[in-house]
Amino acid sequence: MAEPSVKPTPLLKDELDIVIPTIRNLDFLEMWRPFFQSYHLIIVQDGDPSKTIRVPEGFDYELYNRNDINRILGPKASCISFKDSACRCFGFMVSKKKYIFTIDDDCFVAKDPSGKEINALEQHIKNLLSPSTPTFFNTLYDPYREGADFVRGYPFSLREGVITAVSHGLWLNIPDYDAPTQLVKPLERNTRYVDAVLTIPKGTLFPMCGMNLGFQRELIGPAMYFGLMGDGQPIGRYDDMWAGWCVKVICDHLGYGVKTGLPYIWHSKASNPFVNLKKEYNGIFWQEEAIPFFQSVSLPKDCTTVQKCYIELSKQVKEKLGKVDPYFNKLADAMVTWIEAWNELNSAEGNTVKLPAKGAAK
Amino acid sequence: MSHSNINVKDDEIDIVIGALCSDLTSFMNDWRPVFSRFHLIIVKDPDLKEELQIPEGFNVDVYTKTDIDRLVGSSSILFYGYSCRYFGFLVSRKKYIVSIDDDCTPAKDKDGSLVDIVAQHVTNLTTPATPFFFNTLYDPYRKGADFVRGYPFSLRNGVQCALSCGLWLNLADYDAPTQALKPELKNSRYVDAVLTVPARTLMPLSGINIAFDRELVGPALFPALRLAGEGKLRWETMEDIWSGMCAKVVCDHLGFGVKSGLPYVWRTERGNAVDSLRKEWEGVKLMEEVVPFFQTLRLKRTTVKAEDCVVEVAKEVKEHLGKVDPVFGRAAEAMVDWVRLWRAVGSSSS
Repeated sequence: MAEPSVKPTPLLKDELDIVIPTIRNLDFLEMWRPFFQSYHLIIVQDGDPSKTIRVPEGFDYELYNRNDINRILGPKASCISFKDSACRCFGFMVSKKKYIFTIDDDCFVAKDPSGKEINALEQHIKNLLSPSTPTFFNTLYDPYREGADFVRGYPFSLREGVITAVSHGLWLNIPDYDAPTQLVKPLERNTRYVDAVLTIPKGTLFPMCGMNLGFQRELIGPAMYFGLMGDGQPIGRYDDMWAGWCVKVICDHLGYGVKTGLPYIWHSKASNPFVNLKKEYNGIFWQEEAIPFFQSVSLPKDCTTVQKCYIELSKQVKEKLGKVDPYFNKLADAMVTWIEAWNELNSAEGNTVKLPAKGAAK
Repeated sequence: MSHSNINVKDDEIDIVIGALCSDLTSFMNDWRPVFSRFHLIIVKDPDLKEELQIPEGFNVDVYTKTDIDRLVGSSSILFYGYSCRYFGFLVSRKKYIVSIDDDCTPAKDKDGSLVDIVAQHVTNLTTPATPFFFNTLYDPYRKGADFVRGYPFSLRNGVQCALSCGLWLNLADYDAPTQALKPELKNSRYVDAVLTVPARTLMPLSGINIAFDRELVGPALFPALRLAGEGKLRWETMEDIWSGMCAKVVCDHLGFGVKSGLPYVWRTERGNAVDSLRKEWEGVKLMEEVVPFFQTLRLKRTTVKAEDCVVEVAKEVKEHLGKVDPVFGRAAEAMVDWVRLWRAVGSSSS
């Protein structure tokens, strides 16, 4: 059967930034070069700012270390995590682009079942540029993909879908398991390529992994705060989870869609499960409180912008989760600080506040 | 890849086929490797005039118009066309039912092996469902998968799965307008996943390839919504879509799960979508009325049995949708009748 001619996916090279948190090196970019070279990179260097992170030749980038973060945000820098990949959200804040793709430095190009290398960025763009269908489940998954459509019984009035705010990709090889699961199944690898993109239905939460994630910054950026993790904090490895629960609640409220599935990347590094267990320990208990909280959150109708929704969420976090642990009071305050910083940096005046960062043009 | 389920015995399963086609020879022979171990219930469409042709070597009970008339008596329920299979659900005495349309043949998976739909459906039904939180690696109980980081531990036991909805390669279950617009559109994508449809999320249940736990939700799958122009092609029906919406609401209310995805069947050409467009249009219009109703439908906390849920849904349908179109009033009546029938005839098991 001849494939109908498919329009090429727009590159969006002037509308998309790639945000990469790193503490070690960016060697992995060599493998991504064919797919990433046209794009501007925002590197967020975690850890020791005196260390120099080498960026492979030929990439157009800006790089921020902890000193830059402190200088740019001043006292508000307290909301950005240290010694945790959660610091990546600083990159979201300083970006000026419409879309963001964020990827971890231990994620490589995966191959699809035919052996072809997967351009993960292109798939994220496809996901973000086509609608989502959160209000009714399509059993053939994404109806906008070539070779698929809405099934019989799918209401026609819902077939326009809604705008897609988030594209959540997956991982082959090392799966994103929590520490207890890693300890029980240290050898399990994800070898199953599931050829699907689907919309996570409205009203349903999910664990959002930050390793391979695309989103429309102009739509949902202010909600992509990765919380207080790492150094000096009682919790780690829940940064993307926290962002995901907030993002999903707000997307549901504002009528935006969240997709999950393709693209796959190849996750190469298995982190140490004992280290992870220490980081996750509090999270395992606290999420039992946090999940029911997010499942029952209701945002008032007058929360018509992401920022308003987020501030309202922070109030409810303080009110309802503050009693679980004082950490949540701190987190709620940090959520407000984040929004204040976001608004400052992203207002018309804010664009001139940002100091020029180190970086080589192509 | 499905693995054989050692906990479920063959004699706990019924395969129910509604025969809209009189010559079932090639159908049965195609499915012999999968079906021959099991008891089959074949219900002949009462409209079908010719004798059924069924090859040897199967453990099968056939039911015809005579049986239906004798057992059902006078009822507002019509068992014509695709609805004939529900009679099979009624008389079955097994825990698990697998039911497919008679225009399906076995599909091949990505390794080229024949898909054993019974094994996969039974695996789906006998492993928990996870309707309260989405697992991004899909079914966590499949070999090689698990719950991902961030999945709350208290939700990892899951709930019982009551309904398993399979998919179709080649001719997918599209409606007539879609298939008429895109006559070359065939489903060639084998998606290697089973996933739980989240609680309170509605979906179109396609009757082409389903399985369910009859003990848990038997009463919630019924023939009730009959289009004025209902025909003998899937494009010309909505009975399964209607039943499925009710079944999903009932499952959500009772805390049971609904899975969708594997197994696939291969579906062959039959009929012309353009011809069906006239009849299908009615069903498409009706769905617009139906969705908002089901999305807000909540059952009373005190309703704890599937059959009582159906009666309550019927009452709500009559009250809120009855005035929209008489077809809904008739559907509500048929649902009540179905429960009466179920209580009289269907509620015992072996």
